[in-house]
Amino acid sequence: MKAFAALFTAIDQSTKTTIKVNALAEYFKAADDIDKLWTIALFSGRRPKRAVTTTRLREWGAEVAGIPLWLFEDCYPIVGDLAETIALVLPPNQTTDNRPLSQWINDLRAVYKADETAKKVFVLDAWARLGGTERFIFNKLITGGMRVGVSQKLMTRALARATDRDEAELAHRLMGNWHPDDTTWHALIEAQDASADASRPYPFYLAYALEGGPEALEVPADWRAEWKWDGIRGQLILRGGEYFVWSRGEELMTDRFPELARAVDYLPDGTVLDGELLVWHPGTAHPASFNTLQPRIGRKTVPKKLLKEAPVVLHAYDLLEWQGEDVRHLPFRERRAQLETACAAMPEEAPVKLSPQLKFSTPADLHAYRDGARDAQAEGLMLKRADSPYLAGRKKGDWWKWKLAPLTIDAVMIYAQSGSGRRANLFTDFTFAVRDGEALVPFTKAYSGLTDKEFREITAWVRKNTLQRFGPVRQVTPHHVFEIAFEGIQASPRHKSGVALRFPRMLRWRQDKPLAEANTLDDLNEMLRLYG
Amino acid sequence: MTARFIYMSSNPVLTFTPEGIYCPAGDFYIDPWRRVDRAMITHGHSDHARWGMGRYLATHEALPVMRHRLGDIEAEGIAYGERRVIGGAIVSFHPAGHVPGSAQIRVEVGGEVWVASGDYKIIDDGLSTPFEPVRCHHFITESTFGLPVFHWEPQQTVAAYLNDWWRGCADAGKTAMLGAYSLGKAQRLISMLDPEIGPVLCHAAVENTNAVMRAQGITLPETILANKDVTAKTHPRAMVIAPPSALGSAWSKRFGPLESGFASGWMAMRGVRRRRAGDRGFIISDHADWDGLLWAIKQTEAENIYVTHGYTDIFTRYLNEQGWNAQVVPTQFEGESLDASDDSGEAA
Repeated sequence: MKAFAALFTAIDQSTKTTIKVNALAEYFKAADDIDKLWTIALFSGRRPKRAVTTTRLREWGAEVAGIPLWLFEDCYPIVGDLAETIALVLPPNQTTDNRPLSQWINDLRAVYKADETAKKVFVLDAWARLGGTERFIFNKLITGGMRVGVSQKLMTRALARATDRDEAELAHRLMGNWHPDDTTWHALIEAQDASADASRPYPFYLAYALEGGPEALEVPADWRAEWKWDGIRGQLILRGGEYFVWSRGEELMTDRFPELARAVDYLPDGTVLDGELLVWHPGTAHPASFNTLQPRIGRKTVPKKLLKEAPVVLHAYDLLEWQGEDVRHLPFRERRAQLETACAAMPEEAPVKLSPQLKFSTPADLHAYRDGARDAQAEGLMLKRADSPYLAGRKKGDWWKWKLAPLTIDAVMIYAQSGSGRRANLFTDFTFAVRDGEALVPFTKAYSGLTDKEFREITAWVRKNTLQRFGPVRQVTPHHVFEIAFEGIQASPRHKSGVALRFPRMLRWRQDKPLAEANTLDDLNEMLRLYG
Repeated sequence: MTARFIYMSSNPVLTFTPEGIYCPAGDFYIDPWRRVDRAMITHGHSDHARWGMGRYLATHEALPVMRHRLGDIEAEGIAYGERRVIGGAIVSFHPAGHVPGSAQIRVEVGGEVWVASGDYKIIDDGLSTPFEPVRCHHFITESTFGLPVFHWEPQQTVAAYLNDWWRGCADAGKTAMLGAYSLGKAQRLISMLDPEIGPVLCHAAVENTNAVMRAQGITLPETILANKDVTAKTHPRAMVIAPPSALGSAWSKRFGPLESGFASGWMAMRGVRRRRAGDRGFIISDHADWDGLLWAIKQTEAENIYVTHGYTDIFTRYLNEQGWNAQVVPTQFEGESLDASDDSGEAA
């Protein structure tokens, strides 16, 4: 555990990419294969099967620390992380331990089926042997979510350096459904890649936001334009007679979208598509709003009723694999041409549709499309260079997203709550209201959008202007006006104000605006009428 | 008169007013934040020693810094333990161990004893007169770090972390720069450094306070004022001590490639460390940790505890569960947090 803890600390305390990559590369050169394998697994969100419930961990942590459980529970939201809270409340370790990471994981797995007494003995013994970061990591092995500032991209780069392998190839190898329990370092990283799992997805290519307008793109003929749909990005894989659906966050979502099973009837085996999952009712001109898709994301399996109410279709915009061949290196225009051919004969009832390209010849045409995006239930345009290959990760230059400006409203802050983790000692979670005569009607919460300096300033203000406390929530003097930006607005009977916003955030702190100039409930209802 | 009658007295010795903690019997305030005639000051940090009071009373050790910061004030010094009769109250100052000169203020009226502890820590930092528990009936305590997640390591252990980091920076050809409040924390850090590693350079705000403390007889290791002629070239392997606001400023450019660190109790939390620490966070605080607070409260033998600053609700609930009669002091008495205090000079 010591080597891994040293690596973790080196990465955790630095904000510099070069330092992180160096630390990782050095670790990958020196560590045993099994430790390396687990390190990649942990940093990419995989973890050993949970051997102990978090309820027990909390109880045992409080017990060993000699504090009441409520006190432990009160500390947890302030620290923001269960594993860290436990590590902090426990008394110092009595001794040290030299077991490597993989050994600890094996020992943890050994108690998986043991009774609770044996589990407790094991965990308490570990706490007595491990201090500081090692103890935190041990807890993380149980609770999961070893999030450090290591992106997949960064880890892949370090691996490439340590193994002298191609970065893009490694990125692909690390995708998908593998777990240290059923693979080896050799099979994952080194072996000639024949036996790859049929479900393995390709890394998604991500676009940067286009600053300014499309005028910057120069020769219009070199570019292709599409709607930027407001759904979920998905990769549909048809291999070995089966289908798999992956989210951009590398989550396997196959069971959530059973209607896509029929894709195997219309497309040949060995096809991989990149597209947008949208609720689209047959015979309608536009997809339904993102809100209708939400219940489909939330659940692992889908009841029949919901399938009918919110039928999902994949709108394909790229082709990554064709007849079993990886075609990502081909220019976009060729991939697209092949995609169009493949979709040409698709009947109306097929669960896959071709996402249209928007014909244009001047930037002014693009402006016109974008102005009509909200009517098309799109959130803007995608602009893609016609000769670009399909790259891995977020790369600048070939793909741009050109989103609509958000909707905005000026609202009054009425409640404040402190954040957790990184923002433990700041007030960062606010509730906002619109005016309704003399009354203030709360309609949204927002957590992000201010600078650290602004959060510090508002925190000092909240402390001095608290009217009432409700546990962690403070009612403050209605005074400060914020411009709230959001992507969409929907009627919602669950909210007091009758509306629900999509992606609300603080765009600006309007210190120049007095309370009386904040927007009203009527203004909000008018926005609902226009955009809901 | 029974003791019980005294404790339940309807005219409390100290009250909490919008101006600050007030003693009606002596007609004075403790660490007031609005202009009053007579102020007893626990220590020189700017959120405790404010400008504009008619008269100040503070320890002899705290006065030089207060005069340095507040300019021409009408102030009188008092020795630790010295008893003074002010109106109907007997007042004395006792070491709080927070920064040099810091004090808890004991106020006795008709046999009832209250102690306003200001900010305090239990660890002996080698510079401040160490904390001394004072027996009382009513104890006013801070709770800046009043959660069981805060446990300070011994000063030598933290000093080793600090020096290892500095040595690593020096060996890699980099300047190490530590952000620290100029009164107290800065001098404590300086005294923890190993002078064998390299020179210690101080920002003017820090060096001025160093000079004030040296003049009053406090021994500090050698430091160099980092004026514009002092650079990474003239002083390789240096450690720079500067106020947090100087980190990342144009002023810091002259020290060449550098690593920055921040020393505060808040660095115990990984989230805060990642947001605030720069390259390294060191858990060093001039406030008491969880065990320190509980130990101090126990030592006073007080039954009534008033909790200010920090995690007041949680800490108060715990104290009540453990058998004390504790209450939260109203919100306008709330002190500064790490973030709110950036410009105020409070040393968390």
